[in-house]
Amino acid sequence: MPVYSQKVMDHFMNPRNVGEIENPDGIGEEGNPVCGDMMTFYIKVKDNRLEDVKFQTFGCGAAIAVSSMVSEMAKGRTLEEALKITPQSVANELEGLPKNKFHCSNLGAQALHKAIEDYLEKQKKGVQA
Amino acid sequence: MRRVYLDNAATTPLLPEVREAMMPFLGEVFGNPSSLHSWGDPAREAVETARVQVAGLIGAQVEEIIFTGSGTESNNFAIKGLAMANQKKGNHIIISAVEHFSVLHSARTLEKLGFQVSEVPVDKYGTVDPDDVRRRIRKDTILVSVMHANGEIGTIEPIKEIAKITKEMNIPLHTDAVATAGTIPVNVKELGVDALSLAGNQFYGPKGVGALWVRRGVRIMPLLDGGIQEGGKRAGTENVPAIVGLGKAAELATANMDARIKLLTALRDRLITQLPAKIDHVVITGHPQKRLPGHASFCIEFIEGESMLMWLNMQGVAVSSGSACTSRALKASHVLIASGLSHELAQGSLLFTFGIDSTVEDVDYILEVLPPIVTRLRQMSPLYAKFEKAGKGVR
Repeated sequence: MPVYSQKVMDHFMNPRNVGEIENPDGIGEEGNPVCGDMMTFYIKVKDNRLEDVKFQTFGCGAAIAVSSMVSEMAKGRTLEEALKITPQSVANELEGLPKNKFHCSNLGAQALHKAIEDYLEKQKKGVQA
Repeated sequence: MRRVYLDNAATTPLLPEVREAMMPFLGEVFGNPSSLHSWGDPAREAVETARVQVAGLIGAQVEEIIFTGSGTESNNFAIKGLAMANQKKGNHIIISAVEHFSVLHSARTLEKLGFQVSEVPVDKYGTVDPDDVRRRIRKDTILVSVMHANGEIGTIEPIKEIAKITKEMNIPLHTDAVATAGTIPVNVKELGVDALSLAGNQFYGPKGVGALWVRRGVRIMPLLDGGIQEGGKRAGTENVPAIVGLGKAAELATANMDARIKLLTALRDRLITQLPAKIDHVVITGHPQKRLPGHASFCIEFIEGESMLMWLNMQGVAVSSGSACTSRALKASHVLIASGLSHELAQGSLLFTFGIDSTVEDVDYILEVLPPIVTRLRQMSPLYAKFEKAGKGVR
């Protein structure tokens, strides 16, 4: 097995916030199956805070653990705070990721950011309309 | 916890009889086979006995067996050695698209040295069409190499038919028989090949030892220059214990092959028929019939191999996968992609390879523990969610 930290194994075996939000305020997708990992994040926003975060992930142990960790780090945060989550901060919270997994599987932060951008985009359009 | 080893394609365990045969050569019989005294004599005799045993396994002449350090070395030796020795006749070689990396990357190295390489495609079962080989043969073709069976998908290739073509055209044919020698009947005369690679750890012998058989009269350039060990074709002091183990394993494989095939085939067929009945959206990879006896390989849609491997490992089960995430290079298996599978599907690759210690209970254990793992991973898969919404597969 790859050398994963205990934290990664914990999030892999018991991923937090798995699933889909009905009528989400934002959706973000990242990755493609050629490199092996795909993540979809769903967010619900209330008063500029991430009231709920859920994800779906296709990928290796690291990809699942990353998604779970990102969801945990983001939930309850303001949008500005959530946008500060980076692949490096996720890896730090997971007590490290194997080198070759860092780029390929560490897509959770990007997927979350895309969901937030999706929400902001919709807000803009909503205001215009 | 139950422990179930179903990764015999990676390596088989060492048989106790083989270990026993090796023990004296890790102890008191330490002489160098090249030494002309009573320390060297028993070592030399042991190496020559092993040569007889390995020759017997594949129906070869004893003096045509060259011991090497692995299947990988045998393949490197065959591809580079045969190409180099025939350079004056031409610089074109033909290999299949599903060869082991030790053949594929040897060919790539030759390309850098100015050789030209043609790759023969395969069909959806990973099978080479002999006519595709024929079509690629040119005036300057000096070597054809097609594996006897593929270790990732189990497909057995039509080597006899390919040999008819290469013989007609007078081109040497090498086959990588690492997955077959010691597992199914392999006879160099019946196959009609000119060179053949095999490895000890594929049939209950030790790791780090293999052999290359080269038909007498076929020229090959050594990879390792030095002394005159192995008829001057492979210099270096022999790994006597490993060679002795390889010989013993070959002898046991020859004697027990029919019984082993019967056992392995029954286990394979039980898993191949029952797994798709327990899990939806499973594709069998490789040829449905013309496949290695202990080899069951699948792609499980919508989920990824490493995640399955990790869960199975936690349940005491050892298997392997050709997914991108499980490879160090983070690339999906070239064998699965060459067989026309999409990257999504290849990601769900799982490979079960049975061994002579495997039991029906092992198969039933897999059928018990795998379906909940698949369900669990599919429940978090965006691909599965999309499929459920759209009502169609990702293929």
